[in-house]
Amino acid sequence: MADYEIPETHEFPVIPSIMEGAMAHSSPFVAGKEFQDDMGFPSPEEPGQLIDGWKEKFLELLQEKLGKYRSLQVFMDTCVKCGACTDKCHYFIGTADPKNMPVARQDLIRKIYRRYFTFAGKLFGKLGMPNFVGAAELTEEAVKEMYSYYHQCSECRRCAVFCPFGIDTAEVTMAARDILAMIGMGQKYSNQIIPKVHKIGNNLGLPEPALRDTLEGLEEEIEDDIGVKVRFPLDEKGADILLVTPSADFFAEPHVDGLMGYAKVFHAAGVSWTISSKASEAANFGLFIGNYESMRQISLRIRDAAKELGVKRIIFGECGHAWRVAYNHLNTLAGPWDFLDQNYPIPQHILEFTKDCLDRGILNIDKSENDHMTLTFHDSCNIARASRIGDTPGSQFTTPRQVIQAVCNNYYDMSAETIHDQTFCCGGGGGLLTDDLMELRIKGALPRMEALKNVIADNGVTHMAAICAICKSQFTKVLPYYGMTMDQIVSVHQLVSSAIILDGQGEEAEESNGAE
Amino acid sequence: MTVLSIIYVVLFYVAMIILFGGIANKIMLYTRVPAPLKIAVTPAPLTTGGVVYRLFYEVVFFNSLFRASKWTWIFGWVFHLSLLLAFFRHLRYVISPDFFLWPLVNLEVVQSFGKYAGFAMVFGLVGLFGRRVFVDRVKYISSASDYLMLILIGMIAVSGLMMSFVSHTDIIQLKAFILGLFFLDWQNLPNDTILLVHLTLVLTLMLIFPVSKLLHAPGLFFAPTRNQVDNPREKRHLSPWGAEIEAKDGRNA
Repeated sequence: MADYEIPETHEFPVIPSIMEGAMAHSSPFVAGKEFQDDMGFPSPEEPGQLIDGWKEKFLELLQEKLGKYRSLQVFMDTCVKCGACTDKCHYFIGTADPKNMPVARQDLIRKIYRRYFTFAGKLFGKLGMPNFVGAAELTEEAVKEMYSYYHQCSECRRCAVFCPFGIDTAEVTMAARDILAMIGMGQKYSNQIIPKVHKIGNNLGLPEPALRDTLEGLEEEIEDDIGVKVRFPLDEKGADILLVTPSADFFAEPHVDGLMGYAKVFHAAGVSWTISSKASEAANFGLFIGNYESMRQISLRIRDAAKELGVKRIIFGECGHAWRVAYNHLNTLAGPWDFLDQNYPIPQHILEFTKDCLDRGILNIDKSENDHMTLTFHDSCNIARASRIGDTPGSQFTTPRQVIQAVCNNYYDMSAETIHDQTFCCGGGGGLLTDDLMELRIKGALPRMEALKNVIADNGVTHMAAICAICKSQFTKVLPYYGMTMDQIVSVHQLVSSAIILDGQGEEAEESNGAE
Repeated sequence: MTVLSIIYVVLFYVAMIILFGGIANKIMLYTRVPAPLKIAVTPAPLTTGGVVYRLFYEVVFFNSLFRASKWTWIFGWVFHLSLLLAFFRHLRYVISPDFFLWPLVNLEVVQSFGKYAGFAMVFGLVGLFGRRVFVDRVKYISSASDYLMLILIGMIAVSGLMMSFVSHTDIIQLKAFILGLFFLDWQNLPNDTILLVHLTLVLTLMLIFPVSKLLHAPGLFFAPTRNQVDNPREKRHLSPWGAEIEAKDGRNA
């Protein structure tokens, strides 16, 4: 573990006094020419520089965005600087840097909007005092500052819950990142990953033969474990269900245990399903970089795969932002889905499928298999504040908890101001899950770590379940910094997987239990 | 007519054109710019009726602000409620007794509440100003214009209160002046310093409104995060420019 100053956790949340410039040094690697080229973005002569004529280009792009996104236009105008959001961002709470207050983050670009696009800003700009009306000149330093602080936002939308005008910093961050990429400052992490999705099929760059090999390995593992042949079909034409899941599910712990859970549920439900090598990735980093066209291209892979394989339904695995894009935007970007079975939600979440199976009583569950654990649940930001998992508003909170409680005996929620729509981001979402932002990720995890520590102390919780690949990876990495262990984060379908008893699961299962 | 009155007649017309024209212009802009994606902050209503209720609850009770910060909510809500009560009281100076709203506006309760609301307004404004000065986070995000806006409205409230409680103005003449503006039958304005200060500040506020953060009033209704129905799976949402992209490559066919 590298050396970072770990913020202190407390019994009750503490709002820090501001420390100007505390995170001014934090900035992810800028995409070099090769990655900018892959994305079709312009690159400057030297990485980290700006393209020629960047200033005009910046203002032109901002104007274009204002004309294309009502959210941006309205949010630029309506902020009254009331301060409601100032203590709501996990990155502010963890770093105390005032530019990590949502309003201050928005202001980095709002100042430019006010200076160049409003009467007040133009007037006071000409008088040489733009800051009188919250405006500022567009300089190279301002652009560098934007690059830094728009990459200290995980687009989690906690601020938007509390804003009296519904201003969503994520919308501002996305617009800013897209503009920055177009003047030569794309982010390396995201720009490196997106082309892999198109060329190979997933963010990891796991090609079809390797994927097939991995899935066969999982089949063998389950068969060795419980003596039942549970299939992991790949590219099977004519299957009913296309499973689109984050590629971390294919290899990382605890993600892969979740994937085995989905497979067992499908097996028990007796449905035919398949993974597509072409769309072997649920994640859509087009959302993170704020690029509509990129997000659309990534979504269209799923349309193409669904058509090629002739499936009737699409189900998404456990992934937070992927579910946000799938739930809200798949219909917009890759619809209409008139060729799929209209009797099921399009797309459907794996938890909706599992919950339905549990409700119909077709799963044989032994809850005691999870008795060695006491669970809590981390609401992933994108799922909590940008989707449903069920038919009713708020089902994104109830469905995962109902599934957990259907397969586990011991469950406690974390404190009320840190769950449901007030949940804290894990600290690694929104395109920040990269090693060059490790300090930010550790500090940003503070509010969640604090709530987790408290529920551990108060209720004897041993494990935290999550339904997002980024959350799981982030927690695996940061839990040790806060004095916990990486295996304390589990997948929800991992719990299902442990508790489910499949037909024919007999003597072999007992043997494996005995071996433990 | 006095020169002063002529100046104020002109100023009022200019201010009204800028205020209403400016707001109408912004509303048309907000209506014209599409929302290409569904971005409702969930849990969100599943029906249009639900959205109306959500916005009503926000506008009337400042629901999100209440969840965010109790202090800001108290000061902000009291201030805006006082503004509403003061507005009702002021209708008396703008409508003639044969107008259908007159019996309502003339009610004792409307007039008294409106009168004392001025104090509540000052209380709210002082609280909001205090937060800008004493809370380090709010101080950090405040520009000169944020303080001045509170001072401007505060001075409008104080000058108004002075006319109610310290030195009355010639209210009959003032009303004649205002009605004259509406019926194009211009009358003299009482030559009264406090009144002139009050009106000048109000004119300033009207001019600033469409070019400042006061646009939060109309803007609130246009936030896609709050005004969208949560039905993206059931109903396909597509913006005109999104449809153009589709038409170009035909990949959604």
